Amino acid sequence: MFNYQFDWAIVTSGKYFDWIVSGTITTIQISAVSIVLAFLLGLVVAVMRMSGFTPSRWAALVFLEFTRNTPLLVQIFFWYFGSYKILPTVVNDWLGTLNFEFAAGVIALTIYTSAFIAEDIRSGIRSIPKEQMEAARSAGFSYLRSMQYIILPQAIRIIIPPLINQFLNLTKNSSLAMTIGVAELTYQARQVESYTFKGYEAFTAATLVYLAMSLVIAIAVNFYNKYVLTPVRGR
Amino acid sequence: MDFDFSVIGRNIVYFMIGQYPHGHLGGIALTLYLAIVSCVLSFIGGLILGLLSVSPFRIVRYVTVVVINAIRGIPLLMVIFWMYFLLPALVGGPMPEAQTVIAALTIFTSAYMAEIVRAGIEGIEKGQTEAAISTGLRPWQAMFYIVLPQGLRNMVPSFVNQFVSLIKDTSLAFIVGVSELTHVATQINNRTMVYPTEIFFFIAIVYFVICYAFTSLSRWLEKRLTWSHR
Repeated sequence: MFNYQFDWAIVTSGKYFDWIVSGTITTIQISAVSIVLAFLLGLVVAVMRMSGFTPSRWAALVFLEFTRNTPLLVQIFFWYFGSYKILPTVVNDWLGTLNFEFAAGVIALTIYTSAFIAEDIRSGIRSIPKEQMEAARSAGFSYLRSMQYIILPQAIRIIIPPLINQFLNLTKNSSLAMTIGVAELTYQARQVESYTFKGYEAFTAATLVYLAMSLVIAIAVNFYNKYVLTPVRGR
Repeated sequence: MDFDFSVIGRNIVYFMIGQYPHGHLGGIALTLYLAIVSCVLSFIGGLILGLLSVSPFRIVRYVTVVVINAIRGIPLLMVIFWMYFLLPALVGGPMPEAQTVIAALTIFTSAYMAEIVRAGIEGIEKGQTEAAISTGLRPWQAMFYIVLPQGLRNMVPSFVNQFVSLIKDTSLAFIVGVSELTHVATQINNRTMVYPTEIFFFIAIVYFVICYAFTSLSRWLEKRLTWSHR
């Protein structure tokens, strides 16, 4: 290490810089697609978890416990290597036409993250006084419609900060997709390292990009709390 | 869509202990070994970082908070790669992969443990410290004899949760070739070729059983340890 020649130019310009940039873009892409899908799935699971219908509550509970108590890496491998046996042929054929590594990564990240988002949504919904639900039901709305028109529009404001944090976790977790060959940031840093033997430079660049993303997201949450949430809820 | 779980039965010993006693310990045993050793080390690391982050000296506090947040801001995989490159250079020779992973898990988890410790300390009312100091204890004595013992009790459920994360995180040791459960599973998958669904479903169940046991323990402790009898 002490007679190591640093060569920062490698990661600040030229071909390897482009690799790092394309890795960053892929990381943001896979995280953005997954967070949207995870939010939708998390919403369904949260509503199932809170409904009065016992089988749906149990199904949601099993899903939540199983997803949160198994490693993400195992889930990624399960979907990448093993999904062909459990998915219908139509879906397999369709996935085959896409970028399959990316698709398997999105499936695994979506399912994993949705479990955490479902719990955030549930605690957001629970923070709305239950009289709101009772009033909506007695005004003639069904359970799902009361959720849709009365409860969720109020809860969403409270859910947004933890949701942004889940997005941050997702960008970090998406680094595991490199194991199945998704060319995201960590994958590209490792590529640069194996082409140039400049490991310190490559991983410093990737680390700085991750830190920059964390910083931006932390600032976004603070901004949201200060200018959106505080005026609505009070201090 | 025909599943054949006999592949699990044929390799069950390999799943449990890897090549041991003819080679390195592996499988579930190594997963637990990595998790337990890293947990003990990162408890110590987290305690130190946590105490530094509530230090009365502003400089110490700021530096610690920056370090903690920097570690929390990058993926564990990055920390593992850093250790993989840095440690051999620092010790001046090759480093066993298992120890590289333990070092990475310890550094990573310490940052999360530190936040638990800080929250636990800040959760104890100021009056406790003030009362301790007014009875003649020094500030550090107030911390170690009064605040920390009460705080640690409240932290126990969070520590157990962190241990669950640690068990899940040991799966990343796969990347640098440590033959823990996930690595063993990929080896068996590469050898047998046609049972990926069965193999990865099986190890997911194994992780689930271990982690769920500790998650339940944490919930039980949370009920048990709250100061309700005051």
